[in-house]
Amino acid sequence: MAEDTSRVLIADDNKVNRLLLSRSVELLGHRSALAENGRLALEKLRSEAFDLLLLDIEMPELDGFAVLEQIKADPQLREVPVIVTSSIEGLDNVVRCINLGAEDYLRKPVNQVLLKARIGASLEKKRLRDQQKALVRRFVTSEVADDLLQSDFALGGKWLCASVLFSDIRGFTALVESQGPEETIDLLNTYHMLMFDAIGSYGGAVNQIMGDGLMALFGAPLPLDDCAGSAVAAGQEMLGLIEQFNHERSAVNKPAIRIGIGIATGNVVAGYIGTQQRGTYTCIGDTVNLAARLEAHTKVAGCSILIDDATQRALGGSVPTQSLGEVPFKGKAAAVEIFSVMAGQLHGQS
Amino acid sequence: MDESVIDRAVYAELRDTTGAEFVAELVDTFIEEGPGMLAELRAARVESNAERFRRAAHSLKSNGRTFGAVKLTALAREFELKGLDADPVRDVGGLAALEAEYARAVAELKALRNG
Repeated sequence: MAEDTSRVLIADDNKVNRLLLSRSVELLGHRSALAENGRLALEKLRSEAFDLLLLDIEMPELDGFAVLEQIKADPQLREVPVIVTSSIEGLDNVVRCINLGAEDYLRKPVNQVLLKARIGASLEKKRLRDQQKALVRRFVTSEVADDLLQSDFALGGKWLCASVLFSDIRGFTALVESQGPEETIDLLNTYHMLMFDAIGSYGGAVNQIMGDGLMALFGAPLPLDDCAGSAVAAGQEMLGLIEQFNHERSAVNKPAIRIGIGIATGNVVAGYIGTQQRGTYTCIGDTVNLAARLEAHTKVAGCSILIDDATQRALGGSVPTQSLGEVPFKGKAAAVEIFSVMAGQLHGQS
Repeated sequence: MDESVIDRAVYAELRDTTGAEFVAELVDTFIEEGPGMLAELRAARVESNAERFRRAAHSLKSNGRTFGAVKLTALAREFELKGLDADPVRDVGGLAALEAEYARAVAELKALRNG
């Protein structure tokens, strides 16, 4: 059972209490670590992983109330359930602990049967929360998951400056028809794994997968210092990984795959759209449309990465690009100058 | 042996749930730590540091309760709730009574540990 290997931190300034609680916890099959005051407890919580904190209230340096307050205010720590174990006087103090987020309150000396029940319940709750979080992360990016878990789901959006990247596999439909469904899914899974890796390593987040196509955001939901530079670097990395992937494919006589990437930078409306029951985090606006058009235009222009003028300006000459002139895109009032990211500079590896 | 010093039922439960060997170690720890807590109480009284005084009394009360040291717990709890007395002389008298009760509790616990 997973519970058997749970790690419990015991914060108590009294040595007899620490030893006794540690013994009780270990008799229940858990591992324990000790902290002599609130400050040391927080240090340990921040540097090691714990499944539960048994917290005394009366402690020097930082008392249990202050520890509870700091845990509540820290997104990294507030997942750790806290059971207050104290012999503090006054019901109002017990209420204060619960109001500050403690799961439970056990009066010292702690009854072993009660301790077992409370620890079991707290660990089970934590396990369910972890499971729920893992599930959420499977369907949305970890940034969106954190946002959702912290502020709950609310429809609505805000303006953000971001770079949007679209990519898809060239001639994918023909490829699908030439091979079995399992092979297609296998190919797509490998492909997405590589693309997610490239995008994630430059601080981007894959927002949508549409078969062989995907949309990634740089600078949303969390701001990114150089969103345009990161998006272009991720695009180059994607091409580099595809090249390596093609080497492996050619070794087993499979056709090479080619991808096209479009990147645009500018203001987007970012937020949750949908219904209260089912929503999705996305970005909408001209910049998103333009990135999609640029990706489609790679087929016409015969190059792998196309970027808009805003992205090119933001690069500040750090990446060589070639102007392909102004192109009138559908839905855009004015023609947009577009640039090809120079092929010779792709991914910088031989 | 004086039943009013250590509640045998509390001590037996502690021994049964955590093991005789462990309780012997715990008693030794209490014997090591106790004088420090009593000294802390006296120092806090001398300094008129109410917070230190209350915390030291709280700590002694907590340990007294663990071992079933009924009188010791009651005396320490009284200090914790009352805090520093406006008349230091009264506290000094109370502290002497607490120290005497601590000595009795330790003697009983030693006997129980070895028994």
